[in-house]
Amino acid sequence: MKPTVFEQIRRIASDLLAIPAERITAESSPQSIEAWDSHQHLNLVLAIEDKFNLQLSPEEIEQMKNIGQIAKIVEGKLKATPS
Amino acid sequence: MASELKKFDLRAEIDELISAGAANQAARRILELGRKESGPASAAFIVERVERLHGKIPLLEYRLAILRSFTLEPAVPMLRAAAFSCGLHLQVHIGDFNAYAQEILDPESSLYKFAPNAVILAVRTADLAPDLWQNFTALTPDAVSEATERVCNSFRQWLQAFRERSQAALIVHTLEQPPRPASGLLDSQSPASQTEAIQNINRELRQMAGERRGLYVFDYDALVARYGRLRWQDDRKWLTARMPIAADHLIHLSREWLRFLVPLTGKIAKALVVDLDNTIWGGVIGEDGMTGIKLSPEYPGAAYLELQRAMLDLSRRGILLAICSKNNLDDAMEALEKHPGMLLRPQHFSAMRINWNEKSQGLCEIAAELNIGIDSLAFLDDNPVEREQVRSALPDVTVIDLPEDPLQYAATLRECPVFERLTLSAEDQQRNALYGKQRERAQAEQSFQSKEDFYRFLEQEAEIAPVSPSTLARIAQLTQKTNQFNLTTRRYTEQQVSAMAGRSGWQVLSIRVRDRFGDHGLVGVAITRDEDEACEIDTFLLSCRVIGRTVETALLSNLAHSAVGRGRTILCGWFLPTKKNAPSREFYSRHGFELKMQNSEGSFWTLDLKGQPIACPEWIKITVPNGGEN
Repeated sequence: MKPTVFEQIRRIASDLLAIPAERITAESSPQSIEAWDSHQHLNLVLAIEDKFNLQLSPEEIEQMKNIGQIAKIVEGKLKATPS
Repeated sequence: MASELKKFDLRAEIDELISAGAANQAARRILELGRKESGPASAAFIVERVERLHGKIPLLEYRLAILRSFTLEPAVPMLRAAAFSCGLHLQVHIGDFNAYAQEILDPESSLYKFAPNAVILAVRTADLAPDLWQNFTALTPDAVSEATERVCNSFRQWLQAFRERSQAALIVHTLEQPPRPASGLLDSQSPASQTEAIQNINRELRQMAGERRGLYVFDYDALVARYGRLRWQDDRKWLTARMPIAADHLIHLSREWLRFLVPLTGKIAKALVVDLDNTIWGGVIGEDGMTGIKLSPEYPGAAYLELQRAMLDLSRRGILLAICSKNNLDDAMEALEKHPGMLLRPQHFSAMRINWNEKSQGLCEIAAELNIGIDSLAFLDDNPVEREQVRSALPDVTVIDLPEDPLQYAATLRECPVFERLTLSAEDQQRNALYGKQRERAQAEQSFQSKEDFYRFLEQEAEIAPVSPSTLARIAQLTQKTNQFNLTTRRYTEQQVSAMAGRSGWQVLSIRVRDRFGDHGLVGVAITRDEDEACEIDTFLLSCRVIGRTVETALLSNLAHSAVGRGRTILCGWFLPTKKNAPSREFYSRHGFELKMQNSEGSFWTLDLKGQPIACPEWIKITVPNGGEN
């Protein structure tokens, strides 16, 4: 079974922020995770663009306040451009 | 359920191995992950785990500073992860945003405090020459050449200031062309074009690199062009995060950086060992026969022809070619000798193992025959099973992963960083021919009654000379590459060698050997330092090509006699053992040196020069550069 978009993003965040995937929830955000600074936010954006082969606009990046919202934005973009 | 999932989860397996203290196994799994995934996330994972294993697995430490005018932090974990796959533990210092000039000019800057082994200077055209980039159409031809000259002068000034403050290698990015010239089609119609102005700066950079030691040009413009200027850039990221490069190209930038670090650290392959069937030709010679195998200028044979062309290019770069293949010898030799499509013939290969043994065994035999370490071999085989066998039996061999599509084979080989060289000596270009002579020489050796008869027959001539501008690069290269006959294994850059030669009391000598079979070129180095009554040997090394022919005694004799000539009474030196320099272990004791001291690093030996001087073997004729003989 293919992992969901949320699970894949959780895995990316786990790799980048060096915390176990189980500890990352939809509510995890720069406020709740110390390692998630602006530098890591850029890495997160790049890793998502690389993984899902898409481009996030500055407006979308602005809305990426927590893992749940990130997953929602990516899901929306994947539906809009079926591969 | 959870543990069931974990079985197939490489990351979980790596973390378990690390917790269990199985460092080497964890490292192998990390390499596997690096081959399977290449994005920013897995790079971050790999870097974090490698840090945890640091000190528990053998890695070469290397320090890289990157000076830049734009955000390139996201490329750094990818570079560090890729460097790990080449056996490097890379520490990276990133200069402050757009502060590259201050950091170079200020001797107290964090750049010099970091004490890098190498420095990358990555500056964008838009930042260094904003007038040429943004405002080109407003410039008169005079203003264009003024701007070009200003940029070149800045580079010259930085390079000079840098060299006064650091001996590190310096890698300078070229300036990239705009994706669309400001004058449109007109740009191509005039010699005073925007394209030409930027090309002039890049040409000037290459000129500077040719004139300076330890300065290398990274053709950033060519890299961007290779992947497409429009796709390379990401304007939105530039405007929001000062990151001008699209996410999927960061890996290409970091891989290109790594291509420089591999030759700088000496983590290179000296020989490429290839399979035959479905690798250098299509099909199986034992089944398809001479007329059945695919090898021609048309599809699909062209893919294999292209691979052979890439191999030929490598051999002209000094990389030895060898064959390790499971075939009947006669079938394979017929194709190698007679197939009309072959670019490569038996004489291009320095060693061959065509039999039904395990490939790992063939590779060990080839390394022994060529007198190079197992870790100097790269292995190319279309069969993933063979690759895995070699990878697990001989983890030090560079195993190249070939893609499914044969049309990609040549590109894969050309992309492989272990074949990169930053300088090319005459010796490199003739190496394959020299090894052919070596085979003749080995046959000659067998037909003599005594070693001495053989030495006399060889008619060896050795030229011992102080370092000169024409030999500096080769001398530094030998200190970096020579492993077996090397008493101290001290690695030096060209700048360091040249600095030592300039110091009073120091001698930097090279030895060149010729014999009846040919010219071996520059094959040995000795560096000594006089202090009080003693002359200490800092470095003494010989290429494996001339080991065991008493050349080492001739060189040592020369050191002893010239030390006496300078009034020294003692010749001394360290032997520092490594995994590979066993062939030089007995060197001092065989030549009458006394063991004075031993510690965990190695042993210290001295020879009283007032006694019998070391005689030069009578069968070696020594010449010195001023034309005299002794």
